[in-house]
Amino acid sequence: MDHVTGLRCRECGRPFPAEALHVCDYCFGPLEVAYDYERIAAVVSRARIAEGPRTIWRYRDLLPVADAAPVDLGAGFTPLVRADRLAAELGLGELWIKDDTANPTGSFKDRVVSVALTKARELGFKVAACASTGNLANSVAAHAARAGMASVVLIPEDLERAKVTMTAVYGGTVVAVRGTYDDVNRLCAELSSEQPSWAFVNVNVRTYYAEGSKTLAFEVAEQLGWQAPDHVVVPVASGSQLVKVAKGFEELAKVGLLDEPPAVRVSGAQAAGCAPVATAFAEGADAIRPVRPSTIAKSLSIGNPADGWYALETVRRSGGALAAVTDDEIVEGIRLLARTEGIFAETAGGVTIATLAKLAAEGVVRSDERVVALVTGHGLKTVEALAGAVRPTATIAPTLEAFEAAIETDGGGPGR
Amino acid sequence: MSVSVRVPTQLRTLTGGAGEVPADGATVGEVLQGLDAAHPGFAERLFDEEGQLRRFVNVFLADEDVRFLQGLATPVADGQTVSIVPAVAGG
Repeated sequence: MDHVTGLRCRECGRPFPAEALHVCDYCFGPLEVAYDYERIAAVVSRARIAEGPRTIWRYRDLLPVADAAPVDLGAGFTPLVRADRLAAELGLGELWIKDDTANPTGSFKDRVVSVALTKARELGFKVAACASTGNLANSVAAHAARAGMASVVLIPEDLERAKVTMTAVYGGTVVAVRGTYDDVNRLCAELSSEQPSWAFVNVNVRTYYAEGSKTLAFEVAEQLGWQAPDHVVVPVASGSQLVKVAKGFEELAKVGLLDEPPAVRVSGAQAAGCAPVATAFAEGADAIRPVRPSTIAKSLSIGNPADGWYALETVRRSGGALAAVTDDEIVEGIRLLARTEGIFAETAGGVTIATLAKLAAEGVVRSDERVVALVTGHGLKTVEALAGAVRPTATIAPTLEAFEAAIETDGGGPGR
Repeated sequence: MSVSVRVPTQLRTLTGGAGEVPADGATVGEVLQGLDAAHPGFAERLFDEEGQLRRFVNVFLADEDVRFLQGLATPVADGQTVSIVPAVAGG
């Protein structure tokens, strides 16, 4: 059983039943899952969670599904890695990387999709659909296959090759659309009105889907010994993940899993080529002006972010900041994380690390804070971004002479 | 100008269930007001107290976001399609 009491409009407060609804009929505001937190507090405990599976489903009391056998490929409970060498490079103190490259399809999207498809199946849907910048497409196709559901995935036609292959291999329907992600998203939003029997994970079941991102906060707190960090740095595409991470920390206190209400500063990372939320932050504006994306960080290329306003509000309220970084800085961020910590991130991870570096240099992220940076996708998905930036040190004939001529070995060699 | 307006599920109670209805007007704003004349209730749902589009309503003319055009003042041509789409989707 779950602890959901219904859905509620985040803007006007109107109540709705816990069905496949994502938008308020009246004001078009987003619907939020409403829980009975007293009931959750009565059943949940650190010990009960510790006995659960090493996946997001250890937190099922705080997720909006009832099915005891979720659609599950093993998403979540990814490593939280202490990053001392990266911290030293950036002039920070206690820094941790939440390594969500370790998810089944290589990105944090497995968290939200596992929740979305479990709920979709509960609601009787047989078809899973989505608009995607790539990572979601991978995850929906894989989880639909796992659940024995059909899938219909719409992507912009210019996606990275790996992301297309990693979607199509599961045998579902994959439609490449000539346009930007925002075009694809608009098409899906319209399509969802015409195909009400399909579960569009980020349209008509988005209310449930988005809740999956809370598990990032749950895991970080548990992995820190049930303590909240001082500051988290989160990449921003639609803004949903950032908003839900903040909500996750608040919920932990609400149900008694944290001793005190946490005061987590939340900062957001965007690519300069698609920075509608960071721009609004820099200008002190309240409205998010849509942009036409142009960046190598395709997984963050949402020019018209659905939760941009809420992400902005969350960052401001928490005392965090938003910043944007160039494509060159993104590549440098990917290389810096790989070189210092052995983690290979996709372009969105490069955005997070480069933004972390920027905010650290500006003194926004401080050396006296316990900092967590979310690295949300695997580097193998976006190898194109590194074309020309990394290559073999040398290419040689298979002889000792050639090796010694090419590689400095005096005094112990490269590692000395 | 006579255009076609695509209506999302959330507003189809106002159109007797129709997903696409005709409307008249010289600009996107006039078309939406014209829609309200034919199907009372649209204006209240689409616009805030200042007469601006609500924060979570996106409007497209020929599949282009009107915020990249001239907003509600964008002129429309005969036979074009205006789409009303809830903003909360994607990501």
